[in-house]
Amino acid sequence: MKIGIVCPYDWEVPGGVREHVSGLAEALIELGHEVSVIAPADDDAVLPDYVVPAGRAVPVPYNGSVARLAFGFLSASRVRRWLKEGDFDVLHVHEPAAPSLSLLACWVADGPIVATMHAAMPRSRVLHVAQPILASALEKISGRIAVSEPARATLVEHLGGDAVLIPNGVNVSRYEKAEPLPGFPGSGGTLGFLGRMDEPRKGLDILLAAFSLMAPERPGLRLLIAGRGDPEEALEQVPAPYRDRVVLLGQVSDADRVRMLHSVDVFCAPNTGGESFGMVLVEAMASGAPIVASDIDAFRQVLRGGEAGELFPVGSAAGLAAAAGRLLDDPAHRASLAAAAAVAVREFDWSVIARDVLRVYQAVAPAAGRVAVAL
Amino acid sequence: MTPMTSIIVIAVLAIFGVYISWRAGRLDRLHARLEAARFALDAALVRRSSVALELAASGLLDPATSLLLAGAAHDARSAHSAREMPESDLTRALRAVFSQPDFRTLLAGREGAEELLSELEGASHQVFLARKFYNDAVAATQVARRRWLARVLRLAGRAPAPEFFEIDDSLVPAGETGPPADIPHLTT
Repeated sequence: MKIGIVCPYDWEVPGGVREHVSGLAEALIELGHEVSVIAPADDDAVLPDYVVPAGRAVPVPYNGSVARLAFGFLSASRVRRWLKEGDFDVLHVHEPAAPSLSLLACWVADGPIVATMHAAMPRSRVLHVAQPILASALEKISGRIAVSEPARATLVEHLGGDAVLIPNGVNVSRYEKAEPLPGFPGSGGTLGFLGRMDEPRKGLDILLAAFSLMAPERPGLRLLIAGRGDPEEALEQVPAPYRDRVVLLGQVSDADRVRMLHSVDVFCAPNTGGESFGMVLVEAMASGAPIVASDIDAFRQVLRGGEAGELFPVGSAAGLAAAAGRLLDDPAHRASLAAAAAVAVREFDWSVIARDVLRVYQAVAPAAGRVAVAL
Repeated sequence: MTPMTSIIVIAVLAIFGVYISWRAGRLDRLHARLEAARFALDAALVRRSSVALELAASGLLDPATSLLLAGAAHDARSAHSAREMPESDLTRALRAVFSQPDFRTLLAGREGAEELLSELEGASHQVFLARKFYNDAVAATQVARRRWLARVLRLAGRAPAPEFFEIDDSLVPAGETGPPADIPHLTT
């Protein structure tokens, strides 16, 4: 198939939607399809072969923060030209309710259009006000995808209509092999945590309490933490004698993130909620790290009800300590959990997710003809 | 007390009384001017966001620009306290829209475009003026309220202490005349 994909956010700035678009595009190319992505980017930027620059992104305040977007008649004419030259079987726009390229693409194109909604925007009154502006462009979308249940709820509430749920993919092979950080995991056992330290819903407090419970009985046990936040504040929650066994990496690069996941005996996800999907678990599963996670809906689903990782009662430090302790003492169980996780995680690999997306293309394309330029 | 001293004391008290009432009256006039300036500023801000919303809904612009404008104008209009931030955001959004290359040329000749654009520019300029006058009134009132006599005798009464209204309200970025470069980040 000839597929045109529109990314609304600056290609040169890392972000969830951009990662998603590149993962999907590469997987579709791998499957033998012809893919072209248009994204805001400087004309002289160094881009992958499949990316066409739509011109420089402009930073503007939108929805309470500053976003780098492309809008205006000139951006629209770049999209029009790209559509003409591409002669696509299907047009796939991402986040079409953002004031950027995707919305412009819906505006200027006709034919089979698929859209993926990424953000969950609760209480967004702006979308309500903007309804008339969005309506005529969004009406043209014939197949909608949401990456999570909250994203789907946003769509249903604000824009009407429904969507099929296809989660974010990961590139499993990128996580499979990595050199552990020097000195890890070590013989005394290492627990790991990945996520923002200052976001209460990530549950670091619970893990620190659990570590404080376990540390006296396990003299070699260490805790490895990667993520943004105040180190002092975290360390204060651990009794003084055990503080030197807590290793704080701060924010890490993508490569170090994978190395960190390969450096732990048990990966802990003590989140208390707010996760719509559980990307962090998928990354840990792909890295082969045995997992202990809180029993929230999103995690239970990803871990297949406990088959691919241990679940403990949400918010319970004692529960986390007990589950992690059991795993530390039982290498065989750790290995079997990691093996089950390696199988379960395949369903989130881009090669699989891309096939699900293709099925949506196939459902939409034949009935709607080719993608044409409407305006 | 001789009759002469009594007369002098009474005269001094009377003069002092007149002076205080003159000072109180002056403070009162300053508060009235402040109030008027605040109304004018309020009206200018509301008008600017209304015209921005009208342009967003006019169908003259592409939907992405419209959505951007509608969002910013809506946020500005619905903010009751802490207005400075959304109003500055609206200015930045307007600046981003107006500084698109060939913006005017592309819109030229479209029905109603010229009127709406000049109305919006007028409204933006009105915000700039109204804010200047309001801040002037705030400064004058603050000085008068800080005077020793005004504080001791509480001449300002229960009128709340006025505060400056600080926003970014220039359609041309500081120090530039050509098309603007990056707008400073104000991520919350």
